[in-house]
Amino acid sequence: MSPFDALKEKIKQALPDLDYVIGWQQGFDSLHATPLFMRTPEDVDRLIWNPLCVHNLSTYLPSLKGKKVGIVLKGCDSRGVIELLQENLVERENLVLFGMPCSGVVDLTKIRRKVGDLERVSGVTIDDAALVATTPEGEVSMPRDEIAADKCLVCQFHNAIEPDHFEGDPLPPSTGADLGGDELAMLEAMAPAELMTYWAKQMERCIRCYACRNACPMCVCRDHCIAQSRDPHWLTQEDTPREKLMFQLIHTMHLAGRCIQCGECQRACPVDIPILALRRKMDRVIRELFDYQAGLDAKATPPLSTFQVEEANIKERRW
Amino acid sequence: MPILAGKELRIVGFLCNWCSYGGADTAGVGRFTQPTDLRIIRVPCSGRIDPLFIVKTLLSGADGVLVSGCHPRDCHYTSGNLLARRRLEALKRFLPIIGVEPGRFEYTWVSASEGQRWQQVVQRFTEQVHALGPSPANAIFGACGETAQDKGGSSVAI
Repeated sequence: MSPFDALKEKIKQALPDLDYVIGWQQGFDSLHATPLFMRTPEDVDRLIWNPLCVHNLSTYLPSLKGKKVGIVLKGCDSRGVIELLQENLVERENLVLFGMPCSGVVDLTKIRRKVGDLERVSGVTIDDAALVATTPEGEVSMPRDEIAADKCLVCQFHNAIEPDHFEGDPLPPSTGADLGGDELAMLEAMAPAELMTYWAKQMERCIRCYACRNACPMCVCRDHCIAQSRDPHWLTQEDTPREKLMFQLIHTMHLAGRCIQCGECQRACPVDIPILALRRKMDRVIRELFDYQAGLDAKATPPLSTFQVEEANIKERRW
Repeated sequence: MPILAGKELRIVGFLCNWCSYGGADTAGVGRFTQPTDLRIIRVPCSGRIDPLFIVKTLLSGADGVLVSGCHPRDCHYTSGNLLARRRLEALKRFLPIIGVEPGRFEYTWVSASEGQRWQQVVQRFTEQVHALGPSPANAIFGACGETAQDKGGSSVAI
């Protein structure tokens, strides 16, 4: 029995005790997967597990408090669950975690750059080396590492952390460059005014759809988000780059020390604004200052919720 | 003679009610001359300061932001400044990525009796911000508080 069949068997066995199990199914076309909520054994047969399963399903968990749910996890998604556990936003006894080794997911933006328009793709086959898309002009073969999401190229967590059921052989961590190092180096090389202009330009495209927030597993305020609150009135409804950048900075600051670097914000962005760079910078700052990475230890305290009287890495600022 | 000749810049200072605000008062009572670019906002504790206050202030066109609280271990609320220190340090290291020069934001500690020190802090920070010049934020994002009409929106005679 293949690991995937074994996983489906495990889910079927667990289903009677659960409200449902969340996974992925084939979506509206061959390139998209969509979330699947499995309630019956027949639903489980629709489950898929391949590099098109890009969504971080842990986003659903905070709103399901009180329900007993199972969830299929990639390694990076499991950091979301750990972080939610750490913040008491989900209850461990109500969760069943299913995992398989993940060899990386695709970045549809990179595929779009190669094939022009995703709607022209009528069929897809995927193996370990390449993704082959069928287009009107013929088959386009794309090596996996050219279309992989950036996070997957340097992934340290191919296997779910602390799963209840894990099928298949765990993969070793990838070795690679610093995550987003090139992008940050490019930004940091700019002069300050030029950099601010860069962000203002990028933000002009933003349509304030808040997909970045809604896809984020750690954005848990939802209906109480200060982006829409009138008291305090942090943001107006104006579509100016200032307001939009302010929203991104609110998102980044509220994720400081909590962001699990799953990249869902940027993936969900319909206009491809490189907002992940802001989160990566903050992640790097938190690692430098507190030697801490979010989503690895459910018992840890987020670094900005605590302090030490003598900080190891903060120089006292006395003029 | 004014300490800084030339045009004033807009610097916003968030001061803890218990120490630095008192320190600024002590400096005033002691008649220590200071640059007048700084506008003070009094807060109950440096721990009250959401880093987003600073981000919003800078994006809205302030040329510099200064945060000052009680010295570590001296907080009126035991640990507000220690929590603030982590947040402010993270913010300080993060800000350059959005194009804010590191020198436009500083945080420091001044106690109520340190009038002389307050004078030095204000003077040094004001000089530092003047060396950087006016913030580019207004030029890039447009002046803050512009109405829709200023930006070419519907023009209704008022």
